[in-house]
Amino acid sequence: MNGLNVKFGMRDNFLDGLMPVSKLLEYADINETKAVIDARGLKHKELNDLLRESLQHGVSRIVINNVFGQRYIGTRLYDPGREKVTIEINNFPGNDLGAFLNGHRIIVHGNAQDGVGNTMDAGEIIVHGRAGDVAAMSMRGGRIFIRDNVGYRAAIHMKEYRDKVPVLVIGGTAQDFLGEYMAGGILILLGLTLQENDLHRANYIGTGMHGGVIYLRGHVEQHQLGREVGIRPLDEKDKEIIRNYVVEYCRHFDANPEEILQGPFIKLLPVSKRPYGKIYAY
Amino acid sequence: MLVQKYFPSERMVPEKDMDACGLFGVMNISGRRFGGEMAINAIKNMKVRGSGLGGGFAIYGLYPEYKDYYALHIMFQNQNLRAKHEVEAFLKEHFYVVYDEEIPTNPEINVFFPPIVWRYFVAPQKKSEDQTVTDDEYVVNKVMYLNTCVEDAYVFSSGKDVGVFKGVGFPEEIADYFMLDKLYQGYIWTVHSRFPTNTPGWWGGAHPFNILDWTVVHNGEISSYGTNRRYLEMFNYYCTLHTDTEVLAYAVDLLLRRQKLPIELVARIFAPPMWETIERMDKDQRELYTALRMTYAPLLMNGPFTVIIAHHNEMVGLTDRIRLRPITAGAKGDLVFLSSEEASIRAVCPDLELAWTPPGGEPVVVRLHSRDHLLSLNKSI
Amino acid sequence: MYSYLLPEFTVKRLEDRCIRCRVCERQCANQVHEYDGELDRLFTTEEACVGCQRCVVLCPTNALHVQPRTADYRPNCSWTRDKLQNLKKQAETGGVVLTGSGNDRPYRIYWDHLVLNASQVTNPSIDPLREPMELKTFLGKKPDTLQVTYDNDGLPRLESGLHPNVPISTPLVFSAMSLGAISYPAYKSLATAAREFGTLFNTGEGGLPAHMREEFGVSAIVQCASGRFGVDPEYLNSARIIEIKIGQGAKPGIGGHLPGEKVSADIARTRMIPQGTDALSPAPQHDIYSIEDLSMLIYALKETTNYEKPVSVKIAAVHNVAAIASGIVRAGADIVAIDGIRGGTGAAPLATRDNVGIPMELALAAVDKRLRDEGIRHKCSILAAGGIRCSTDAIKAIALGADAVYIGTAALVAMGCTLCHKCYTGKCNWGICTQNPYLTKRLNPEIATRKLVNLLKSWSHEIQELLGGMGINAIESLRGNRDHLRGVGLEAWELDVLGVKGAGE
Repeated sequence: MNGLNVKFGMRDNFLDGLMPVSKLLEYADINETKAVIDARGLKHKELNDLLRESLQHGVSRIVINNVFGQRYIGTRLYDPGREKVTIEINNFPGNDLGAFLNGHRIIVHGNAQDGVGNTMDAGEIIVHGRAGDVAAMSMRGGRIFIRDNVGYRAAIHMKEYRDKVPVLVIGGTAQDFLGEYMAGGILILLGLTLQENDLHRANYIGTGMHGGVIYLRGHVEQHQLGREVGIRPLDEKDKEIIRNYVVEYCRHFDANPEEILQGPFIKLLPVSKRPYGKIYAY
Repeated sequence: MLVQKYFPSERMVPEKDMDACGLFGVMNISGRRFGGEMAINAIKNMKVRGSGLGGGFAIYGLYPEYKDYYALHIMFQNQNLRAKHEVEAFLKEHFYVVYDEEIPTNPEINVFFPPIVWRYFVAPQKKSEDQTVTDDEYVVNKVMYLNTCVEDAYVFSSGKDVGVFKGVGFPEEIADYFMLDKLYQGYIWTVHSRFPTNTPGWWGGAHPFNILDWTVVHNGEISSYGTNRRYLEMFNYYCTLHTDTEVLAYAVDLLLRRQKLPIELVARIFAPPMWETIERMDKDQRELYTALRMTYAPLLMNGPFTVIIAHHNEMVGLTDRIRLRPITAGAKGDLVFLSSEEASIRAVCPDLELAWTPPGGEPVVVRLHSRDHLLSLNKSI
Repeated sequence: MYSYLLPEFTVKRLEDRCIRCRVCERQCANQVHEYDGELDRLFTTEEACVGCQRCVVLCPTNALHVQPRTADYRPNCSWTRDKLQNLKKQAETGGVVLTGSGNDRPYRIYWDHLVLNASQVTNPSIDPLREPMELKTFLGKKPDTLQVTYDNDGLPRLESGLHPNVPISTPLVFSAMSLGAISYPAYKSLATAAREFGTLFNTGEGGLPAHMREEFGVSAIVQCASGRFGVDPEYLNSARIIEIKIGQGAKPGIGGHLPGEKVSADIARTRMIPQGTDALSPAPQHDIYSIEDLSMLIYALKETTNYEKPVSVKIAAVHNVAAIASGIVRAGADIVAIDGIRGGTGAAPLATRDNVGIPMELALAAVDKRLRDEGIRHKCSILAAGGIRCSTDAIKAIALGADAVYIGTAALVAMGCTLCHKCYTGKCNWGICTQNPYLTKRLNPEIATRKLVNLLKSWSHEIQELLGGMGINAIESLRGNRDHLRGVGLEAWELDVLGVKGAGE
């Protein structure tokens, strides 16, 4: 300690000095169907207060301008009785965009940061740009489309149950540990930001993977793959899945699906549902 | 930095604290000086990455009118004037003090228990027995003495044409307190917002840490701290600041300043490639990287870190080898940015031309009058 | 490969008492007992016996005795029987040696070196049977101060808002045991007992079955752990408290692994993963590599639940626990749960369970002191976990600074567990730590609930008795009140860390 008769105590970096909702409403223009929010200078909770307020007004569309790093956009919109909304973000949302998202639709006109769709349950996130680390971490349902590249550990521990199959489509390439621990869902990596014969950037792809599937367009070397995945040829069903999502990707980002569908594609599947079944002595 | 103390027993070595943070750095590669607005607003935009327990700034190109003199920023805590007299007597004996003044502060800004902070511009006044010692080494030794032996005195920074301003509070409060946006300009600004788990209430504990013109701001916890520390002790660096950033700063001093290794290789010492990757290299590279890992094994910085290291003409961003902490680089014209979050760069430079995220262990080296920072671009996303 | 392992237990059958009813044969999932119809005799396979005592208890004629075999090899203080057996096991399998339940190594148990105070003369002790003796405790963050205004009638009114707090009727909370690690009847019994008694149970990281949410959500602490199994917004919103599990006392620093064979249809539905896949919990939460990342998840959970629920962060007690706890509080947690080295587990590598972490008593004392030193102790509640065996352990923990204690192993023992340490095999003869329907139906949830309620009742009574003896009639007056503790047989550094005086000082 500092030897003084003074305790520093605690300052709440998230919650100190927040504006009340009545004041916050000056930053928003909410009518029957649409809300427009100016997020400049708003703190994380303040922006999300306004989003919740808009949802409770019954709007179907929310446009947020001047977003610079505000976190958790869409997270506080769990309200089972209400219609789902579409949120448009201009331009740079902060970490945990759409974390625990519950069926809403988020469109980002810019780059997203770490934790896009963290433990997302349902809904859709479309990023017209790139995303940071751990995109779609532990995602359980819904769809995420990222136009460009993603950072480390995308789709880590994504998982599925019955008809709830999460989908992550990445237009560019990814950094290491793509699909680590993946336990379910569909991950499509299109490699559109790479030159023709470039290798994908990621190493340790699918390490520890024990469920789901990765479709990868472009080139990787064997040493870039984790021990727990194997390369498999595509069957007709796979091609159908890829076609569907590529077409959708192109619809979002205005690209040519036929060009992309020419591939080459490979499929990565886990070698075992139980990769670590044999490492223990009983 | 540079508080050195020898402990006869490991039991007495203070427990290190862990801290995590927000980092930001901006450099004008043509060397043009600019104000603190960008650095301050960017770190403010990342407020939740800190807990208000420490913030600080390092500014390069700070004192062009005194650029040939070592600029000592010295704090005296507990408003201890006796410490100040003691320090000034010491400076008089060992240096030529060409100018000194209290660092101006804004009395309207309420900060936690502020110390007196003074700056001295000095040139070494060597005795005959010191003639063989280089100026830098001489200054390091004297700074070490002040930090260790004068109670309540602590040297924030000691380089030429560079200064560190830091304290307890959110960084924007520290900036307001020292009026950084109004009074100063520089061509590199690095900033740190601290989220420590320990040592609240001590101004010296904030980042940046400095030795001469080297500064380090750091985010993360170095799991190899004990190994790194014990290795550095063999080179006479004794860590007493209870923070793992200290080992990084000393390792930088040892490898870059004293051993004169290039930063690109030092990055590979701190965050070496995996053995598997080394196996796949061609023969010469394999030999080099094997040698680096063998020789400097105790300086592998294991565990999550992002660090921004700066000295004159250079600002370097680096993360650990599996990128457990974030970093994003950005560029627009002559300005190059390094930040924990991209949105903070965007907030202060809306028309950014390039934003990229290097892989773990890949340094972004920003150099004066060069485009070296773009070398990391094609390995990044 | 012929196994060189020696049996761990000796099974003695008194032939003159055995009536060949074959109860033992039916009860043993390890197939120790086998009836030979031709010889009309029961034979035993001792190698398979885990010493769970199920057959012994259920033998109608007390014909069975199961005892540990300890001295097979030449006695050796360094190369003990355990060490030799493990070496042979590793040589035969190449695997990591697994174990279950809590650490059984002879680390000092500080509870047994702390004694409690009682009132004599200078202040009166209180008779808890007839006078009020309050155990009600609030879990959550408390404000620095309150603003009060007077209304027109001159009555004071609370002006300031409060952080979410959860009241419990007794400072005893069932600790995290997931559905999957334990059976549905065991899980349901914990939930029912907690609800009935007005305290809480902890879902662990295996989710809360959808059909239980409405009824048991009010008594549930739900975990958000590294595997994020069964975590959706409804799960989080149905609960009383949300707990971020960073670590577990039995296995600090490593993840979990529910083997595929335990992932039955029900478990799969609750965890929301396909039946039969391994449920792997990563070692870290991959969105938390640092203290500011923890802060990010804490607020993500608060956002998800509209700031209506306290968020707890559970960590294993490790070397820097005090500094870590301070960081956790500053990161925005409302509750800090600390799990000591003797905490239990369904499965853990033996090397980790027996060697990693520090005793909870020391950790708790260090954390409480650190938070007070920094002036932030009221910003969180502390839950102490890991090896609380009896009401006096609990009350000593409260005197060392805990708000409440987690009880796990004790609750399992109440339901029938005998600490055979074989939880990881999935063959629990008591129907607790297994998913085999033949075994789980042995545990009657109604009876188990009664036993758990009785446990809470008797501990609460004992705590009231002890409080009364100290002249205290509300549990909050004991919290962190180390004046009521003295150490016996402890070294100076241990007393320093615990912050208690030696007896007689």
